[in-house]
Amino acid sequence: MPDQNEWTEVISPKTSLLDLKLAELWKYRDLIIIFARRDIIASYKQTILGPLWFFIQPIITSLLFTVVFGNIAGISTEGINSFLFFLASQICWSYFSSSLNGNANIFVSNAGIFGKVYFPRLAAPIATTLSNFFRLIIQLALFLAIYLYFYFIKKDVSIQPNWQLILVPYLLLLMTFLGLGLGIIVSSLTTKYRDFSNLMGFGVTLLMYASAVIYPVSFLPEKYQYYIRFNPIAAVMESFRYAFFGQGSYNISDLVYTTIFAMVVFFGGLIVFNRIEKNFMDTV
Amino acid sequence: MAETVIKVENVSKLYKLGYVGSGTFRDDVKYYFDKLRGKKSEAELIAETNDREHKGTSEYVWALKDINFEVKRGEIWGVIGKNGAGKSTLLKILSKITSPTEGSVKYKGRIASLLEVGTGFHGELTGRENIYLNGAVLGMTKSEIKSKFDEIVDFAGVERYVDTPVKRYSSGMTVRLGFAVAAHLEPEILIVDEVLAVGDAEFQKKAIGKMQDISAGGGRTVLFVSHNMASVRKICNKGLLMRNGKVAMIDEVERVVDNYLSSEAKQVFKQEWELKNAPGNDFVKVKKVEVCATNNSALENFDVKTPLEISIEFYNNYAASDKVYTSLHLYSQEGLCLFDIGSEIKSMKNGIVKSTLHIPANFLNDGSYFINFNILDADGPKLLFSLNECLAFDITDARHDDLSYFAKWGGVIRPTFLSFTTEQVIGNAAN
Repeated sequence: MPDQNEWTEVISPKTSLLDLKLAELWKYRDLIIIFARRDIIASYKQTILGPLWFFIQPIITSLLFTVVFGNIAGISTEGINSFLFFLASQICWSYFSSSLNGNANIFVSNAGIFGKVYFPRLAAPIATTLSNFFRLIIQLALFLAIYLYFYFIKKDVSIQPNWQLILVPYLLLLMTFLGLGLGIIVSSLTTKYRDFSNLMGFGVTLLMYASAVIYPVSFLPEKYQYYIRFNPIAAVMESFRYAFFGQGSYNISDLVYTTIFAMVVFFGGLIVFNRIEKNFMDTV
Repeated sequence: MAETVIKVENVSKLYKLGYVGSGTFRDDVKYYFDKLRGKKSEAELIAETNDREHKGTSEYVWALKDINFEVKRGEIWGVIGKNGAGKSTLLKILSKITSPTEGSVKYKGRIASLLEVGTGFHGELTGRENIYLNGAVLGMTKSEIKSKFDEIVDFAGVERYVDTPVKRYSSGMTVRLGFAVAAHLEPEILIVDEVLAVGDAEFQKKAIGKMQDISAGGGRTVLFVSHNMASVRKICNKGLLMRNGKVAMIDEVERVVDNYLSSEAKQVFKQEWELKNAPGNDFVKVKKVEVCATNNSALENFDVKTPLEISIEFYNNYAASDKVYTSLHLYSQEGLCLFDIGSEIKSMKNGIVKSTLHIPANFLNDGSYFINFNILDADGPKLLFSLNECLAFDITDARHDDLSYFAKWGGVIRPTFLSFTTEQVIGNAAN
């Protein structure tokens, strides 16, 4: 008789908190790619402008910000062209916020599919993040084109690219960890307590106002400048703009703090998610 | 001896009834605190068996309790039971959608579960894109799907629409495409919910054929959950009967299905009364009502091929005793009256009278039926007494073995003795 102890898989109520089944996730990498593709493709199916919407959204938003916050409210952008300032902020922020929003709904919006078939649940938030990352890359290319136009053609002297540009990929990685980590924490809690989906409805907008997206940190009164340091997103926003424009109160200790924060959120999120995913169908 | 590929040991699943609300958080804290101290939580101690027909007092229920079984390679199991018996919960645990509260499930080999056809289909995407999406959801890699792509399209019969968004497909086409993808999975263990009850006759034939191929070739193991006893009998070789969240019986499929049909159905074949408490009035009193198979009164499972006899015996005390007759109403379970038929009027004396109705074989369709009797005076006619829902019986399906159509047969009745002829009106010139 063959060895009965060699089970391919054992399902039991208890698993280790840290058992993230990464090998299994790797086997499902095709699924992750296909999910991400689905999100991207489905967003512009049956539209006339198609993928152009990836460009239209940040440009219109930035123009609106320029008019409302720059011209009407008169928020100073530290001498930087206000359209460029808002475009940079907006692209960086919307990567975080759409990643957060997408992942915060991951259990509820996928309940139908999660309830019918098993695959490593982590595939879904990773795919959502990936599709947002793809959008970010496209929008970043747009930003770079406009940025270079201002720098070389219009010779805008307020733009001072500097060595910090090499930190940009790292800043985006921090945003990824923050968006994914916070998102899956919220989504895990939402499976049982829908209170969190109410919170998310306005919370993300409020967070934008508290994260130095539509103003530079220097615009704030002194005492608020102290408090905003505790917001890890603000540090990323400020550093991101500093890299391109050479303006802003960029500070290495803020980045260290943000890094620690992002790691805690990310790994905490993975653990919570892993814990919830096994039984969420019973409560969702 | 074949190797065990699925081993289910002491699996139990606890559910909380009622709302998840503001009280939940407090309960959760208590639950984890109990768990931390290593004792059984209060919830587990007070939980009751899963029996939806009796209202319990506890808000915790064991949807499954102490399930144990072993499935050997190449076996095809039919999992049957009433709604709410725990079949779906068991299926969800076996397919890793939710985890057991206690116990464990062990597998050997690659497992795939098919609880729904076309899981994850996205309406905006084309047939082609959805084949990849659905395939990947079910656990196939991109290259596997690519190598089977043409076969899948061919099996589903959607070549023409493969680049059309699935939202423009008819529901039948969507189902065919979904099943086609699933049918090309090649797992060692396949868990199938009642997905065959969809699609047209031609597609059903294909689907059943594919299911049989899967098990015949390569010794794959299948767990099939269904309410359709005809397909369970045809496809499976072992049966698992669930009742109130527990395993009630594991045996050869025929025995399990028979046991299920006779135990779960609420049939009344016969009622008999003493004169003193017989239903009736001064005119008539009913002595006995009965339904049985012609020539075999012991048979308890009627199928569509069983000829039936339905009879009523009553004490006829009516003054105009020669005018008394009975009418019989046969109702389907949904309350539709199939027919209302009067017995012959014969000059009977006072005393015990018996009327018998013969229903030929191959007349009623499969389903559940009940009977009302009216006893009347032919002058008028005037109702003397009626006895409602006094008999109830089920008729199960029986089909030719070579017929691969498994959906519910249409119609209220199935009178196969009707003649439906075919003749050549104009032939081909060559003949």
